[in-house]
Amino acid sequence: MKLRTLILGLCSASALAFAAHAESITIATVNNGDMVRMQKLTDDFTKANPDIQLNWVTLEENVLRERVTTDIATKGGQYDVMTIGTYEVPIWAKQSWLLPLDKLGDDYDAKDIIPAIAGGLSVDGKLYAAPFYGESSFVMYRKDLMEKAGLKMPDAPTWDFIKQAADKMTDRANGVNGVCLRGKAGWGENMAFLTAMSNSFGARWFDENWKPQFDQPEWKNTLQFYVDLMKADGPEGASSNGFNENLALFQQGKCGMWIDATVAASFVSDPKNSTVADKVGYALAPDNGLGKRGNWLWAWSLAIPAGTKKADAAEKFVSWATSKHYAELVASKEGWANVPPGTRSSLYANAEYQKAAPFAKMTLDSINAADPTHPTVKPVPYVGVQFVAIPEFQGLGTTVGQLFSAALAGQSSVDDALKQAQDAATAAMTEGGYIK
Amino acid sequence: MARSVTTQHKTIATVAAWIVALLIFFPILYTIITSFKSEQEAIQGFNLIPSGTFESYAEVQAQSGYFKFFLNSVILSVGSTILALLVAIPAAWSMAFSPTKRTKDILMWMLSTKMMPAVAVLFPIYLIFRNLGLLDSRIGLMVMLMLINLPIVVWMLYTYFREIPGEILEAARMDGASLWNEIIYVLTPMAVPGIASTMLLNIILAWNEAFWTIRLTTTDAAPLTAFISSFSSPQGLFWAKLSAASTLAIAPILIMGWFSQKQLVRGLTFGAVK
Repeated sequence: MKLRTLILGLCSASALAFAAHAESITIATVNNGDMVRMQKLTDDFTKANPDIQLNWVTLEENVLRERVTTDIATKGGQYDVMTIGTYEVPIWAKQSWLLPLDKLGDDYDAKDIIPAIAGGLSVDGKLYAAPFYGESSFVMYRKDLMEKAGLKMPDAPTWDFIKQAADKMTDRANGVNGVCLRGKAGWGENMAFLTAMSNSFGARWFDENWKPQFDQPEWKNTLQFYVDLMKADGPEGASSNGFNENLALFQQGKCGMWIDATVAASFVSDPKNSTVADKVGYALAPDNGLGKRGNWLWAWSLAIPAGTKKADAAEKFVSWATSKHYAELVASKEGWANVPPGTRSSLYANAEYQKAAPFAKMTLDSINAADPTHPTVKPVPYVGVQFVAIPEFQGLGTTVGQLFSAALAGQSSVDDALKQAQDAATAAMTEGGYIK
Repeated sequence: MARSVTTQHKTIATVAAWIVALLIFFPILYTIITSFKSEQEAIQGFNLIPSGTFESYAEVQAQSGYFKFFLNSVILSVGSTILALLVAIPAAWSMAFSPTKRTKDILMWMLSTKMMPAVAVLFPIYLIFRNLGLLDSRIGLMVMLMLINLPIVVWMLYTYFREIPGEILEAARMDGASLWNEIIYVLTPMAVPGIASTMLLNIILAWNEAFWTIRLTTTDAAPLTAFISSFSSPQGLFWAKLSAASTLAIAPILIMGWFSQKQLVRGLTFGAVK
């Protein structure tokens, strides 16, 4: 009896010692399909690293952004790994809020990361966040409606072609809108689309001296084209439509074309949720022949805040979640079509992936067509394709988004919206000390 | 004639009340209906008849353990309510039975704190919590919820206590009751309906509080508001799952409200008609 008690006691003590030794890391993330899938597959990581426990905090994108910003700015230390985007990485890395990722392991193969994505996540040549999935934007269109309109979508269409096709595809009597575009106000909503679109029209947010450029003809051409196109061929109430609203419209067969995130391709081509799954074609985002296309670049990435006390464990996790091994794990459990896209060149060279994801080549071409360090036709002092990587942009981008959304809704004219945008941007830049 | 007009008025008032009640309840009803749809059904426009699938509930439970969040919600709402009552009963007693010329000003000042947007004090509160090691702790959040609901609790109790004749308390004092005995054995039993309704309302307010409960927690103390928030997605249509998560989060408080509605209404209308 005594021996048994002793053995039991020793076992309990060992278990307690092990539990005390196990390190737990807290990961803040967003709720999307790829992230949820990762949470289900973490057994693979914890089996290989039994001394590391994972705690997940899943939040809505805007709440997550606010939470992690508050935590990192106050050195709250609540998170050991943060899911952040290409907007935050350059700003936070410059503030020394993030740790450089230089211990990802010998077999990590950082050179395999798609150069455009790696560029958006690096500062002074150092990687500060590892991409979990990357995206650009492109045209998704209904092949059947295009054929009915007597047109053929080129791989690289112009804005004039988009307008022509939208006019012909619009069939309001049958509930078909020629084109669906974002109209909901927000720096990550309509301004992501419009900023990328403006790049292809030769516009820019600021000149080399940070002077706002909304009073220039390029912005007038961009906004006028967008408002006219949407009035003629867009859905009713378009000023309230963001990604999800347009996704619902497209899946229900109510859009001839939709220009939005490449990640949407997996949704619109999924027969379980889309009524037009077998009728969707893909093309690069449109241009105007000026050398820049209207596509953006974004990557949800895993970064480690400088305040963490568990940097080694956190980096082990980041390395696992963004590795080639993880891609193979997802493929073996859920098929190649479900592997997080847009991060590694090797994925796009994989014949099985190409077969499972018919939009793979166009996604890669779109990502490669975006250059966050030279996003515009004319030179600019900032990086970022669909955003300006300065702290002031979140507030300013949303203000300008509200003005442009009002112009789309017909509450103000294009000229008024641009004038107010110029005033708002000038005030923000003056207050921020960029201009005097 | 007068009677028929009265009956007509009553009928109109009843119909109007039903319409208003249905309008108010409809978003909740539609959330419950959507939770029994598939994701494809959920996006296919307005439809009041679901296919009756439970797949969203199964996925919600598989994705994140509901019961941990539920338990935190119960602990936080009940705990903060008990704390609030412990502070508010003596405060309301002193204001109701020993008022000074500044009592009204203090009451107004307390209420005015509710008018300030919460985000205005996010950073100071976050820093205080960080420095005291209270981030993601139930105790810290309980105190926070108690503080933000305290003005309403004090106001409600003050209103109820004012309806109780001061002479009864004086009589108790004459009989030798101490201050503590006066509050516990004389005042509190007489104000039970008011205290009960205040308690119920405070539980509901604490249960639904979403600003601080999401921002000051991560994993250990996160309640159901954080649970719902984790199902909201800007990229991807998860309306059925979000509806299932919302239904699971509001169900306990809805059921509690349903069973205690008589008490709640009695308390809220206490002293309304003299």
